[in-house]
Amino acid sequence: MQSSFLVTDDIFVVSVSGELDHHCAGKLREEIDEAMDAFKCRHLVMDMEKVTFMDSSGIGVVLGRYSKISERGGRLVLAGCSDYVEKILLMAGVFTVINKENTAEEAIWLLRGYEQMKLGVNE
Amino acid sequence: MENRMTVRFAALGVNESFARSVAAAFAAHLDPTLEELTEIKTGVSEAVSNSIIHGYREDPEGIVEMECKVSEKRYITLIIRDWGAGIEDVEKAREPMFTTGKPEERSGMGFTVMESFMDRVEVVSEAGEGTTVTMTKRLDACGK
Ligand SMILES: Nc1ncnc2c1ncn2[C@@H]1O[C@H](COP(=O)(O)OP(=O)(O)O)[C@@H](O)[C@H]1O
Ligand SMILES: [Mg+2]
Repeated sequence: MQSSFLVTDDIFVVSVSGELDHHCAGKLREEIDEAMDAFKCRHLVMDMEKVTFMDSSGIGVVLGRYSKISERGGRLVLAGCSDYVEKILLMAGVFTVINKENTAEEAIWLLRGYEQMKLGVNE
Repeated sequence: MENRMTVRFAALGVNESFARSVAAAFAAHLDPTLEELTEIKTGVSEAVSNSIIHGYREDPEGIVEMECKVSEKRYITLIIRDWGAGIEDVEKAREPMFTTGKPEERSGMGFTVMESFMDRVEVVSEAGEGTTVTMTKRLDACGK
């Protein structure tokens, strides 16, 4: 498993590649949480396009990030899930609370739109 | 052709990918579809990681055994065995979302995933004795 990230405004985009199992899940969790804290990001996009294998440990990583981020009023959006990754996440009902988009770009747009909508309401 | 093999390895996280690759390589001569291969790998990953995490609490002294069998009728059987903590209430453990692990890490969906990717999942376990998970899957007949 490998991960790379980019930061845009207060959105943290992590791109996960390779095999995501219990052995790698801890490392990914730490990397995301530490970097989000360091960059003071509120929202998270997890780009799963390059994930070649995932077991239920992936559900744990996704739901764990979701509860942490939503506690602070941020949002998590998943992007690029293959049919297979989606099937596993669906078993845990992940998409009833977490949005998914086809690409990371679309996920970023969704979050920006959400931020703008909030600004509009505050005015 | 009937065929079988057994491997034993230390209860270390790095061996999760080792076990999946070995099972997939063993099944390869049946010409499974890519989807079937992924399903086999996922089932193995769930059962093996359970032995490592819950059975042995990641104690590398623990030994996990994986036995694979294939029959002429294209049934593949994967038996994952540990001699660790065991399960008090197997029925409860198999329920979706049930976990005794750290809730911020584990989802409790491992058995549900195994059941949905395999045709049959049998769990035999006793507290203090260890756990044996037997998964059987019928591979698509049109594989060649
Ligand atoms: N090999 C095992 N040894 C001991 N306990 C196990 C084993 N496999 C499963 N369990 C128990 O069953 C529960 C459910 O397992 P599972 O569905 O894979 O979810 P998770 O691994 O996320 O906890 C575990 O939390 C654990 O209590
Ligand atoms: Mg599990």
